[in-house]
Amino acid sequence: MPLYYTEDQAMLAESVTGFMADEGGIKKQLRHWRDTNCKDGFGHGLWKQFAEMGLTGMLAAEADGGLAMGHVEAGIVLAEIGRNLTPSPFLTTSVMGVTALKEASDDLRGRWLPGIIAGETVLAVAIDEGAKHKPEKIACRAEKAGNGFRLTGAKDFVVHGASADAIIVAARTSGSDSDADGVTLFAVPKDAAGIGHNAVRLVDSSIASHVRFDGVELDGSSVIGEVDGGRAMLNKVLSAGRIGAAAEQTGVGGGAFAMTTTYLKTRKQFGKLIGEFQALQHRAAHLYSELEIAEAVVIKAQQLLDGGSERAELMVSVAKAKAARVCNLAVREGVQMHGGVGMTDEYDIGLYMKRERALTEFMGDANYHAERVAQLSGY
Amino acid sequence: MSELEAFRAEIRAWIEANCPAEMRTPVQGEDDICWGGRNFVFKSAAQKQWMEVCAAKGYTVPDWPVAYGGAGMNPAQAKIWREEMARAGARPPLSSFGIWMLGPALLKFGTEEQKVHYLGQVARGEIRWCQGYSEPGSGSDLVSLQTYGEDKGDHWVVNGQKIWTSYADKADWIFCLVRTDKTNTYQGISFLLFDMTTPGVTTKPIKLISGSSPFCETFFDNVVVPKSQIVGQLNRGWDVATYLLGHEREMISGAGGGEQTSTIGKVLTRNGLDDPMLRAELAAFDIDALAFAAMGEKFLDEIKVGKAHPAQPNMMKYAGTELNKRRHELLMAAGGSTALEWESEATRGGAPSRSWLRTKANSIEGGTSEVMLNVVAKRILELPGA
Repeated sequence: MPLYYTEDQAMLAESVTGFMADEGGIKKQLRHWRDTNCKDGFGHGLWKQFAEMGLTGMLAAEADGGLAMGHVEAGIVLAEIGRNLTPSPFLTTSVMGVTALKEASDDLRGRWLPGIIAGETVLAVAIDEGAKHKPEKIACRAEKAGNGFRLTGAKDFVVHGASADAIIVAARTSGSDSDADGVTLFAVPKDAAGIGHNAVRLVDSSIASHVRFDGVELDGSSVIGEVDGGRAMLNKVLSAGRIGAAAEQTGVGGGAFAMTTTYLKTRKQFGKLIGEFQALQHRAAHLYSELEIAEAVVIKAQQLLDGGSERAELMVSVAKAKAARVCNLAVREGVQMHGGVGMTDEYDIGLYMKRERALTEFMGDANYHAERVAQLSGY
Repeated sequence: MSELEAFRAEIRAWIEANCPAEMRTPVQGEDDICWGGRNFVFKSAAQKQWMEVCAAKGYTVPDWPVAYGGAGMNPAQAKIWREEMARAGARPPLSSFGIWMLGPALLKFGTEEQKVHYLGQVARGEIRWCQGYSEPGSGSDLVSLQTYGEDKGDHWVVNGQKIWTSYADKADWIFCLVRTDKTNTYQGISFLLFDMTTPGVTTKPIKLISGSSPFCETFFDNVVVPKSQIVGQLNRGWDVATYLLGHEREMISGAGGGEQTSTIGKVLTRNGLDDPMLRAELAAFDIDALAFAAMGEKFLDEIKVGKAHPAQPNMMKYAGTELNKRRHELLMAAGGSTALEWESEATRGGAPSRSWLRTKANSIEGGTSEVMLNVVAKRILELPGA
């Protein structure tokens, strides 16, 4: 498959680009929700508009009312979310959440998918335990209790956790903390008794929750997939989240870069446009080259994931690590080349730096994925 | 069976029937390459035979028109040819600057007579070409070149010096940038072709930090070049040269590693390397290399449908050569003191260290990394004053 968009994908990109620039812009969304101290950190009105565009259920099966699209298409949306720093539950709900629900029981799909497709339901995903991503170890436990389970433990960095209608939780149903087997995914509704949230605003103004589960009673119907056999499903959710975050990072990096080159063409010092200085030209050209490479490997990994290739897992980690490094370079160069105004809250470039940091941590930073690349490559 | 499938079957059978077994082993070194030319000494009868049977079918240059010695394959057929050659493990029947560089230039800028004459010679492996671009005072600033062709009516008399002329001491003919108008910088250069045995042409090999090299200094002392031996218009040789440089940069960048790119971490740690810091560096390198391979694949896909930015080869050349230098730094680090051996059997005559040193030229030859970044800044980013 050629590494550029098909005609349909190009059309989707065109409409999403226009829509996000008009409706998802920094002033209208990010700054608005931040400055009004919104407890969700994103706008439900925009989420409704996402639904009207058909985006919220794009990964769901047609039989479930979705568009049966893939990660290339989801990545198109995420890149524009990144470019506009649009606060949105799209990644946790429509990409990671739907990836999990897609293969869930009729009961669960019927319970959650219609709301997602209508833009009324938001999902969060609870995987991390502790400050660093390490899903190989899952200590949060769901013990058998009657016909169902009792969930006890803590999860961290649950983005949109306190705003979500349901949280997809990776919990241990058997074995010890670091076992590959014995993991089960649950769809935990927000009103279940025993859930405690400590929701905090992060550096990028998104809201993430430290969630405590104190003996939360769940019936068997909240299980996604197989009891004890959830690792494969968890890996799918992780891959979806990782390549999605990588796509968003290419948008963040691209947005920061566009803003910076514009600044290089307008700011004057020493009687010259600063873009005339070769020291800055070479850094800008290097950054361009890195961004092109990151975009290429992200679409490559998306295609492999959509095609079910055995190389997908490796290339998703390559893409997440590369996108993280490149996006980080883009925002650092962006702030530095903006000079003093780059440090002010008034200018948007600093907001890109904040978002980049949060996205890098989400579902594994560059070092985590470098380690995975080494392991998956056999060294 | 579709037309292309039938074509594939035909090619597969032909390679099977015609490629000698000796030509289906990997190329081990420089002296396994078949360069052709008047003075070329074939390494084996099989090498000669393989070149000749391919030339007779136009397979040395499969995508050139039949009239110019090619097989007239369209892009889809040429791709099948490459795939079937790779499948059979067959060596390229003929390698040359005539195929890679002069060919594309002549196909675009040459007269019909030139195409038939020169391209045919290249395709049959009769004439080996070298490229005369750089001069001692004109490296990155190539357009400042001083080699001068004085107009003498029906011929020019060329005087000057070229440097970094690969295989000048082995080549039969040279394609050469010569100033034909001293009053005009860009539009004062012509693209001339002449025989290296013409009186007044001398060459001197250059020894590099990596040891002996194909590079030469080439001197012109009153060399007579007939007016018919110009490609393109008088004083418009720069257009031909820049067109050609695009091809060269694509080649050096190593675009199109594609899916087969393997990770060096795996290769290097197979020998029981137990160094967590180096392992981390290898993983970081593998990420960059695999990502670059995806870029190369995307670039080739986009070129086919005219989506690639025309200055993109400059970016590829920059990123690819910097990556290759890093690769060899890591190979040296992993090799330790063994890799330092300059003349030993264990290192096949110092192959690791010589290759490592040689890669330092990658980001200099064919346009330095700094010049590539200048081009990206100007033509792609459109930065002011670049």
